[in-house]
Amino acid sequence: MKEKLAQIRDKAIQKLNEAADLKTLEDLRVQFLGKKGELTGILKGMGALSKEERPVIGQLANEVRADIEGKLEAMKTALAAKAQEAKLKAETIDVTMPGKVTELGHKHPMTQVIDNIKNIFIGMGYEIAEGPEVETAYYNFEALNIPKDHPARDEQDTFYINGMGDFLLRTQTSPMQVRVMENKKPPIRIIAPGRVYRADEVDATHSPIFHQLEGLVIDKGITMGDLKGALAEFAKGLFGEDTKVRFRPHHFPFTEPSAEMDASCFACGGKGCRVCKDSGWIEVLGCGMVHPKVLEMCGIDPKVYSGFAFGMGLERVAMQKYAISDLRLLFENDTRFLKQF
Amino acid sequence: MDLPMKWLSEYVDLDTTTQDFIDKITLSGSKVESVRTLAKDITNVVTGKVLEIEKHPDADKLVVTKVDIGKDEPLQIVTGAPNLYVGAVVPVALVGATVYHGAGLEKIKKGKLRGIESNGMMCSIEELGFTTNDYPEAPDYGIYIFKDEVPLGADVKKLLEMEDDIVEFEITSNRPDCFSIVGLAREAAATYRKPFKYPDIRVEEKGDENTADMIDVEIQNPELCPRYIARAVKNVKIGPSPLWLRHRLTASGVRPINNIVDITNYVMLEMGQPMHAFDIDTIDEHKIIVRNAKEGEKITTLDGQERDLDPSMLVISDCNKAVAIAGVMGGENSMITEGARAILFESANFNGPSVRITAKKVGLRTDASAKYEKGLDPNLPLDAVNRAVQLVEMLGCGEVCKGMVDCYPNKREGWSVEYSTESINALLGTKLSQQEMIDLFKLVEVKADGKTALIPTFRPDLVSEADLAEEIARFYGYDNIETTLAAGTPTVGKKSHSQIVEDKVIDTMLSLGISEAKCFSFESPKVFDKLNIPADSPLRNTVTISNPLGEDFSIMRTVTLNGMLNSLSTNYNRRNESAHLFEIGKVYTPKALPLTELPDEIRMITIGMYGNIDFYGIKGITEELFTVLGVRERIAYSPKSDISFMHPGRLADISLDGESIGYVGEIHPSVAAAYNIGAKPYVAVIDFEKLAENATFDREYKALPKYPAVARDIALLVKENVIVKDIEDIIKAKGGKLLESIQLFDVFRGKQIPEGYKSVAYSISFRAEDRTLTDDEVSRPVKKILEELEEKLDAQLRG
Repeated sequence: MKEKLAQIRDKAIQKLNEAADLKTLEDLRVQFLGKKGELTGILKGMGALSKEERPVIGQLANEVRADIEGKLEAMKTALAAKAQEAKLKAETIDVTMPGKVTELGHKHPMTQVIDNIKNIFIGMGYEIAEGPEVETAYYNFEALNIPKDHPARDEQDTFYINGMGDFLLRTQTSPMQVRVMENKKPPIRIIAPGRVYRADEVDATHSPIFHQLEGLVIDKGITMGDLKGALAEFAKGLFGEDTKVRFRPHHFPFTEPSAEMDASCFACGGKGCRVCKDSGWIEVLGCGMVHPKVLEMCGIDPKVYSGFAFGMGLERVAMQKYAISDLRLLFENDTRFLKQF
Repeated sequence: MDLPMKWLSEYVDLDTTTQDFIDKITLSGSKVESVRTLAKDITNVVTGKVLEIEKHPDADKLVVTKVDIGKDEPLQIVTGAPNLYVGAVVPVALVGATVYHGAGLEKIKKGKLRGIESNGMMCSIEELGFTTNDYPEAPDYGIYIFKDEVPLGADVKKLLEMEDDIVEFEITSNRPDCFSIVGLAREAAATYRKPFKYPDIRVEEKGDENTADMIDVEIQNPELCPRYIARAVKNVKIGPSPLWLRHRLTASGVRPINNIVDITNYVMLEMGQPMHAFDIDTIDEHKIIVRNAKEGEKITTLDGQERDLDPSMLVISDCNKAVAIAGVMGGENSMITEGARAILFESANFNGPSVRITAKKVGLRTDASAKYEKGLDPNLPLDAVNRAVQLVEMLGCGEVCKGMVDCYPNKREGWSVEYSTESINALLGTKLSQQEMIDLFKLVEVKADGKTALIPTFRPDLVSEADLAEEIARFYGYDNIETTLAAGTPTVGKKSHSQIVEDKVIDTMLSLGISEAKCFSFESPKVFDKLNIPADSPLRNTVTISNPLGEDFSIMRTVTLNGMLNSLSTNYNRRNESAHLFEIGKVYTPKALPLTELPDEIRMITIGMYGNIDFYGIKGITEELFTVLGVRERIAYSPKSDISFMHPGRLADISLDGESIGYVGEIHPSVAAAYNIGAKPYVAVIDFEKLAENATFDREYKALPKYPAVARDIALLVKENVIVKDIEDIIKAKGGKLLESIQLFDVFRGKQIPEGYKSVAYSISFRAEDRTLTDDEVSRPVKKILEELEEKLDAQLRG
């Protein structure tokens, strides 16, 4: 009987080894281990064995069963792995084909520039103010110390509503200085981005509609050193940590002293290139200490408070930053342009 | 304003390079626009030694020379120069060279002079573009001869250091004094802490007559003409100016005309005071009257154009006629001509704004008006007129009469400005001592004592302490002011609710694949016809620009669609397959016309799309937006057909809590055609302000359901004209408390559906928080729903 058991084991293992698919394995399981299988058949003769032999053969039979079952499992696993491998192989795709996605939209480059600047100033404690584009001559000029006969009020530069009267399209975001000071007590720290209008014919570098950003800080004890400090930080935020700035005296009716700020060219680092027209510097903004007359007109005592203001054209920043050569592209909305940003 | 560096050196000795000058003067506040190098035009002029001089066979005044220019063969040059000798080393303009000759720059050609070949030209210093002022060793008349030993064939321009740099400045309107060489020299001297040499003005007055006997001056409007000086010159000899003067003018971009006119221009450049010269004999009764023009008066200006005048304009006239538009341009009737016997120099001060407005009205902006309009110093005309007659004497082109007529009813004196060292330091963030400030003031000719600063009249911009602070800052150096970060009262940087909503709208649009557009805020009134907007529509009430850049940019938009449709059209016609765009931009709605107060400026969200989009696509985009902004549940869409530029069957009104806030739909095909868009454009327009007011980012967590939902699918047979909104309203109304959601999953027409009907299928979902619903609990509301649907909409449940 021992021999028979050993034969069954050998035969079963040999056949299992030869099995090529799961069905064959199942057939073999039935053939050897099933209720009517060979092993069961052998064990039916157990009754004829002696008392001493019975446990020995019983143990042997269990071992044989375990061996066959073990082999069966191993073969099952191996075959499953093989089958999966084949399946995976059949599922191979060309991964170099393009991906599928709902394309994201693109934020207008002007908005990106404005967002960037907003974030820098919000980080420095500024709020964002908004105001009307159709303005009165008072806010656009008078309250900014630009009296009636000033060349800046020339009809040539300003779009008027109702003839040369009180209403106009703001030529600068500076009226926001006045509006904020009238409505808010110091300390004031604001920026005000927005559209402004000047009578320039449309060409590659001019547009009758463009964007400016105004900034205003009013508090006790604000100095020109503070102006330099705040704007130097801003320039670093906008153009990079290594950016240097310089301040050149300039003239604006609503600030005194006034300055223009240049930043070292972000493209060449100040060595001179096409972007900075070989000067190493790019003009960024106009600024200055708020004129005492402007403070007074807004009901703020210049003996108690001082402050600084700044204003910048944003199209130029966008054009320099993204190397855009024609201003008209910004208002055409050609998706081939917008998708580049 | 052009500044020739060599001219500058007459008034201040800077002893530096042009680049250093540009860098430093920029930082002290004079803005440099550009630099160009002079004598660039002079080419191919080399040193040559005269080897032989022979008489010209056919011309008494010419000689034939052989000149060694360091090459194997000497050149043969024919010349009329009187000061040549054998062995003289001279500048030789070779064939192909350019030098100043005759009327201006000239290219030297090979040629024959009276039959003898000449291969070049020997040059005087003037022909090289310079003067005996620059090169005192040069003869007054004749060829320049080198005194020192120089190599032959060498570049003369280099040898004589002829190149000059012309620095162009942008002068700001507050600094009329810097519109002159003298003014810039004063700035340069202060910048470099070097002495400033004001021109040495002296007049000999050799004429035997007094100006006062020759001319009368009457100012009728002293407000517009604070000062008028007249000075006469007799026996004038009109002719060309000497080359040195001509070159200074040309270097500064002014065309030489004749000696008298050139003198007026020279003085204007040097001193910044415009001047004019009249032929004294053209002034009737020799009386100058400064008055306002008469109604309908005309004058023909020097450029030959007839100009219409009006009483707001100031003119110079005699007893009968206007002879000049004050501060703008002289009249043809009084201009200096060859035959002029005696002339009158005008050196006057006119009101800046008046000159500016006049120049604008007559359409004639001249060098003179550009200077006057900034507002000039009324004390300047005296030095200027004396400088002019000094030049007359220098050039020997007339006899200067004694004295002058100077009408100056209200002399302007310098003024004082109170200041304190402490408050200037406080404004600038500096720690300068009282004496340091006084010394800085001295640089700009301001006399200060620590409390009071006395301002010279040429600095009208200095009227307050802040102005003085700027002077201190400029010459202390903006760069030397220590950079600080304001301590002050801390403030919190933040965005307002509507700014946050705006950001969220943009983010949502971008994530839905829609790109941001920007459109012009003004457009043409023709837009309304293009959009089929009815003639009586309030949209046609616009804020209108009085002085637009043409009709196309003349009204502030009251609808945003034109800009969007133009953008779609641009994309379509550039063959872009699709364009999905949005804009957040304002419309401008007047409260009354003409404006009595500022118009409403309302931001609109405008979405415009063509290609790969349909009505439900764009509607879905708006739904998603309302979800993000927390208002989805309060929004309703309902059919609408009364917008003239929209497809009447594919348009939905969007309302929030019952109030309309916009619309979504397909553009009317005829409007799409008008915009040349071949695809179907879809748009949505939503009032941003109303949306922002209602938008909320507050969210409250609802516990996830523990018990399963029970769904019932129903398919309804309804007439074509039944809209799903009506069905859904009934389901919601009759669904009871347990109704959780309804989902439209099929709309079917065709087989088994009678003509004029459609099958609409819903999955209606019920759920209770605390238990699994029984069949009965669900059946009851479904039954109610079906009954109501049948009653109200004649809807039949399909089997």
